[in-house]
Amino acid sequence: MTSHRTSLGALIDRSQPLSFSFDGRQYQGYKGDTLASALLANGVRVMGRSFKYHRPRGPWGAWVDDPNAIMTVTLNGRSFPNCAATTTPLVDGMQARAVNAWPSAAFDIKSGLDLFHRWLSAGFYYKTFMWPDWHLFEPMIRKMAGLGGISRDVLEDYSADQLYEQCDVLVIGGGAAGLAAARAAAEAGKQVVLVDDHPALGGGLYQMHEVESVAAVDWIAEQVRAITSAGGRILSATTAFGVYDHQLVGLAESGPFGTPPRLHRMRARQIILATGALDRPITFAGNDRPGVMSVDGACEYLARYGVLVGQKVALISNNSLADAAERLLTDAGAQILRLDPHVGALRTVGGKKLRGISQGALRHDVDTVLASGGMTPLVHLWRHAGGKLLWCETRQAFLPGTAPDGMVAIGAANGAFDLEVSLSEARAAGVGRNPGVSTTSYTLAPLWPKPGSKGRQWIDFQHDVTLKDVELAARENYVSVEHLKRYTTLGMASDQGKTSNMAGLAAMAAVQGRPLPEVGTTTFRPPFVPMPLEMYHGQHGKQLWHPLKRLALEPQHRGADAALGEYGGWLRPGWYGKGEAKDLIRQEVLTARASAGIMDASPLGKIEVMGPDAEAFVNFIYYNTIKTLKPGHIRYGFMLTEGGIVMDDGVIARLDQNRFVISCSSSHVDSVRTHLEAWRQDGNDPDRIFIHDLTQQWATLTITGPKARDILSALSLDVDLSATAFPHMSLREARFDDTPLRIARVSFTGDLSYELSIRRAKAPALWDAVMRSGAAQGAAPIGIEALSILRAEKGYIMIGKDTDGETMPHDLGFGIPRLKKTAPFIGDRSLHNDKANGALRKSLVGLVVPSGTAPLPTGAHLVEGTPPRSLGYVTSSYDSPTLGRPVALGLVENGTARIGETITVHHLGESRTATISAPCAFDPEGERLHA
Amino acid sequence: MQIFTCPFCGPRNETEFHFAGELGKIRPATAEKITAQEWASYLYTQRNEKGRVQEVWMHLTCSELFVMERDSVSMQVLDTRSLREDAQ
Repeated sequence: MTSHRTSLGALIDRSQPLSFSFDGRQYQGYKGDTLASALLANGVRVMGRSFKYHRPRGPWGAWVDDPNAIMTVTLNGRSFPNCAATTTPLVDGMQARAVNAWPSAAFDIKSGLDLFHRWLSAGFYYKTFMWPDWHLFEPMIRKMAGLGGISRDVLEDYSADQLYEQCDVLVIGGGAAGLAAARAAAEAGKQVVLVDDHPALGGGLYQMHEVESVAAVDWIAEQVRAITSAGGRILSATTAFGVYDHQLVGLAESGPFGTPPRLHRMRARQIILATGALDRPITFAGNDRPGVMSVDGACEYLARYGVLVGQKVALISNNSLADAAERLLTDAGAQILRLDPHVGALRTVGGKKLRGISQGALRHDVDTVLASGGMTPLVHLWRHAGGKLLWCETRQAFLPGTAPDGMVAIGAANGAFDLEVSLSEARAAGVGRNPGVSTTSYTLAPLWPKPGSKGRQWIDFQHDVTLKDVELAARENYVSVEHLKRYTTLGMASDQGKTSNMAGLAAMAAVQGRPLPEVGTTTFRPPFVPMPLEMYHGQHGKQLWHPLKRLALEPQHRGADAALGEYGGWLRPGWYGKGEAKDLIRQEVLTARASAGIMDASPLGKIEVMGPDAEAFVNFIYYNTIKTLKPGHIRYGFMLTEGGIVMDDGVIARLDQNRFVISCSSSHVDSVRTHLEAWRQDGNDPDRIFIHDLTQQWATLTITGPKARDILSALSLDVDLSATAFPHMSLREARFDDTPLRIARVSFTGDLSYELSIRRAKAPALWDAVMRSGAAQGAAPIGIEALSILRAEKGYIMIGKDTDGETMPHDLGFGIPRLKKTAPFIGDRSLHNDKANGALRKSLVGLVVPSGTAPLPTGAHLVEGTPPRSLGYVTSSYDSPTLGRPVALGLVENGTARIGETITVHHLGESRTATISAPCAFDPEGERLHA
Repeated sequence: MQIFTCPFCGPRNETEFHFAGELGKIRPATAEKITAQEWASYLYTQRNEKGRVQEVWMHLTCSELFVMERDSVSMQVLDTRSLREDAQ
């Protein structure tokens, strides 16, 4: 069956046969093959179906310039959709299946769609499926069109490595120019990295017998040796897929099949682009038939894979590079018929199988048609970097023009199609000289699509865009190339226009009678070839993305059977004990109300603000007046944004005249610290204010509940704990275990509470002492879940949960500073704009449900009227163990004035009622708080 | 990804930085009467120039604000200096 395989040469290893299947049939290839080359060697040409008409498709190119042979490949039970057969190295045991074809590419039941092509022109879907609603038809159309289906299996261990690297010179492309440039740069002492997307370096050199009087393979080996011995690094099978700001180049290094590429983020001081050029198709009738291939592709199949694609070959080319190709193929035994594309209209003959080609009245029986409409330099990366393009009339191609920073193009990418020119450019660029525009012996007779000519002439093979579609788009005034692309989907195939763009642009230029360069190109965007999303994602998740902050007392919590979870970036106890979480949390709430709860509150912010201007500074930062706060006292307050929106709440304690501690919310510490730093440095004298975030240096234990005072007195600290000597919202400094201890009497539960803060290293000793004395009073540790309920019973808010991006302090019942505070503060003016003064602001309320009904769903809307209009929503909702009924908080339009009203609560299609109340449902007089 | 040069720490990836504002924006003296237009302009109006711009950025890892001059078209960073140095 290896009828197309040559007996000698090429880069395959004929001693290592590999078995694989395609569309259910078994074949054999060799190590070094790609899926496409192995199939061609076996005489298989139909490797896929087109996107829209389900026309049979065979490979056009031999590498990244092929839009046709797309397969789902299964290896070791794992399936990968949309693998390009031309770039997928063959592995023993691969099972490949053509995408968009069933049961096989050769016999596809949807191929009948092609008969309706007259009605399936550009914009067909938009025009036809308008009524009654596109969305009605979309699922069916999506199912019919499209490429490979995604596997629903989760791929274990499919994780891309990511590396951050830099080099002096990055050479992209390992053909003649790239090798020569990398060598010159490495030998000049530069730190060089050379990348090439093929597994074997050398570019198109394998098509040549000799390079600089040496056999091509030896010349390549010599360059590789010289580069590596000069300290250069070579990454083969590595695609430079994008160039980003400040010379950052994305490199995707392929590993074994079934592994994601390894991403190198390479920062290069200089980039040498030696990406080569591609053959472009010729637009003629039936040019999409399997067996029509690029001239360069056929030469690559022969030179790299030992595959002679045909015996009787028509070679149609408009340029001088065809002569070398003819010699190469003739030497390998092909019979070549040269046809001049200018002398008459071309049309392929045959069905799925190509039988010949006719030109005018003449018909030639051939098995293969090779076409080249000229070379298109690969300038994608040049454009990513912001380089300009220049139209070259001689070469009929866009060449690199004004260079982007730190980049130079050489070789075929720069229009140097002669080897000697290419090598001299490369050696100049390697030592830092700019080669400029190259001379060339290359000649071609311009050949572009001819509007109005007969037959179905393909421009985009995968997406079935024909010359007629471009003409139609022009008639319907989609004349800008960007509109043309989106209307016809030209260039939107998985090769992103590598084969179709130039013909499409030329066709549009011809239809409008404008010069081609005036039509311009569409935008080149990364990635150069499709990349799995996993490559960008890599290990950027979980701990490596956002490391958890750990409590000093984590071992103690684990010892007490804590259910540890992530809360605001910290790993902290949600609740304690083994059993049903709901029951355990409920018990913790009851214990805290009956005796006391002991809680690790270490994540609470502890940002110290010090210095002679500290008082004025915090007074400006806070919505509330802070300058009247006396040392040893604490005040609750809000920080606002300049837009007047509540950003954080918490308490601030004054230690002495010039020293404050800001206790911001646990999850807002980083943003509050940044906020403070920004205002300290901009608008203040930074030498008179110092901000020191000690959150992680101090541990905090909270004792909350009616027995809190008894528990604390058992620690025998030298502090008078009586309510008169140490009232609510005050602070005392004491010593514990010979270490400073701060005791803050503040409460987030509505019960008597003390927050004890101590140096992190002393936390275990404090924990042991508090737990011991707590046990004697029937106290127990409580987690963050119980705290959430305790604070909701009392109507205490959590910023970001009970507030949203529009909440101002007066919406939360804190309206006095807005009216009375005279000193400037952040957000002050915003609290008096029309919006802030509006009558229908959402304000914080409590919600009471009829007895015996379930808690309200958080997020449920509070509605009024017909049709219902949302007045607000439920922000917090719990079953209160203390009150024996549900409690809820919500934000409701004009809520404070509606207290006592009954309102409809709407959620997921169901309606209930609730009565609006004050937010505080527990101990509204605050007797327990001040006990 | 761009490279910005913190005047204190040297060249780093842009992910370490946070844009603070355009240089030269003065907070209105809110102890006085400020019209809604003036305040809205302070909050929301940006010069958003094309070409050479002067901005204040924070390097999050050292928390220092600094002035950066850069080209908003070519993304070239032209100069960075500390905010204090700029004020002097």
